Amino acid sequence: MLCVVGTVPANDFPLIEGEVRLKGEQLQIGREAVSVHRGTPALLAAAVKTALALGHPTPFAYLVGDTGTGKGSRSLYAHLTEVLPHASFQTMTFHYIQPIVHWHRRLQAVLGTLVPKPKLIADAGFMYVAKMSGESSLYDLFTPDVGELAFLADEEAPHPFYTRGFILHEDNHVPDLIARAYRHRNAAQYLLVKGEKDYLADESGILATVDQPAQEAMEAVGGTGDTLTGIVSALIDGGMTIQEAALASLRINRLAGYYAQPTPATQIGEMIGYIPQAIQEVLER
Amino acid sequence: MLNLFGLRKGDHAKRQSPGRVPLADRGILVFENTGEVIQAENLLKQKGREIRVMGPPPEIRQGCDLVIEFPLIEELQILRIITEAGLQPLSIVPVTSPLLRPVNIFQSKDFGSHLMVRAANMKLTVDKETLVIVNISGGGCPDVPFLAASLVGKSLASAPSPREIGHTLCGYALQLAYEEVKRLCSV
Repeated sequence: MLCVVGTVPANDFPLIEGEVRLKGEQLQIGREAVSVHRGTPALLAAAVKTALALGHPTPFAYLVGDTGTGKGSRSLYAHLTEVLPHASFQTMTFHYIQPIVHWHRRLQAVLGTLVPKPKLIADAGFMYVAKMSGESSLYDLFTPDVGELAFLADEEAPHPFYTRGFILHEDNHVPDLIARAYRHRNAAQYLLVKGEKDYLADESGILATVDQPAQEAMEAVGGTGDTLTGIVSALIDGGMTIQEAALASLRINRLAGYYAQPTPATQIGEMIGYIPQAIQEVLER
Repeated sequence: MLNLFGLRKGDHAKRQSPGRVPLADRGILVFENTGEVIQAENLLKQKGREIRVMGPPPEIRQGCDLVIEFPLIEELQILRIITEAGLQPLSIVPVTSPLLRPVNIFQSKDFGSHLMVRAANMKLTVDKETLVIVNISGGGCPDVPFLAASLVGKSLASAPSPREIGHTLCGYALQLAYEEVKRLCSV
């Protein structure tokens, strides 16, 4: 089963866990409901759509409210260190969580004891803290955009906010940034880089690129990276290899965007509805 | 930011690594979280103080951190300003090594009807005609979805600034993008 760990942008949202259902544009976990329009709920909505399309169980989630103070994230880290030794997940995806190095190390100490070891995917704040901790290589997949890739490539930056200018200027040299990230051991086993052209890479270099269908406006739409991470997580959990899942998810996410015909003002909820159609088309090819 | 090496609010003792000599007459104010840093920055800048928001040195870095660099000679006055406003730094530390500089490079993309500006990992897009914020993307700290929910759909003139309601470095990066969009749109 896929497990997704993340936050909801509300301080009064309690720490909850459970299987996720999707009703219209609302995620339901137990008695709690949350809109799919932003952040981890958008990731979860894409993962649910993908799992249902594959005929697999919907994901399990650990969620807590956090608007950036880190209070909710700390309680989530603490809870996970207690419950994960007794849980069994095939795939775990970590998302919008406050980057706190000492908590990440404590959680990794727990994850390292799990048998069998789940596939580990990190995006957003959890990818940042994995790199800050010097433990990127413990992960199977990171899903950075080009700006975040520059952060991974900068061996001195503890957060994207401090990425040095000469590296940020290398935006158009994604292969060089990927090589630099691996050289300094700041990348997961695989990198799925989102951008005008998407890249799948590992330590040996670029494995594949995807640049069609192209919808320039998708870069501005908040949440397109979240949906990609949700789709790839569900495909990996469904049994695909990371390489197969990464390439399929890039095509599915782009195709869902194409069907939505986005403008820079499009909201992610408009795109999520097209994911099943895109999955059907990509997987039947 | 959690307690840094056991530092507590109100602990103003200067800390210095053994064998290290301060490189300059600068100090840093360490706060419990980035939101307090942003509040203190606003306050001190309003009072005309020459301060800079920077990255903390590695020995006190926890994760999503910022510190305020200030002239040590002004420590008492600066402390007075921030404590009168109810802010209490965890510690005041002399600068002993070069501090990380925040990103200062912006990339903008003109979609015709919309303008997108990126600062570090944060992107903010506005409708060029109405100046309404239509999307916020990128980022990874938990205040990003909260900031998006608070700003999207509002005009640049009426939206709260990310500095006022954000808490993290991603929020701070969004503030830079927001200021750059306002500058480019002459708001």
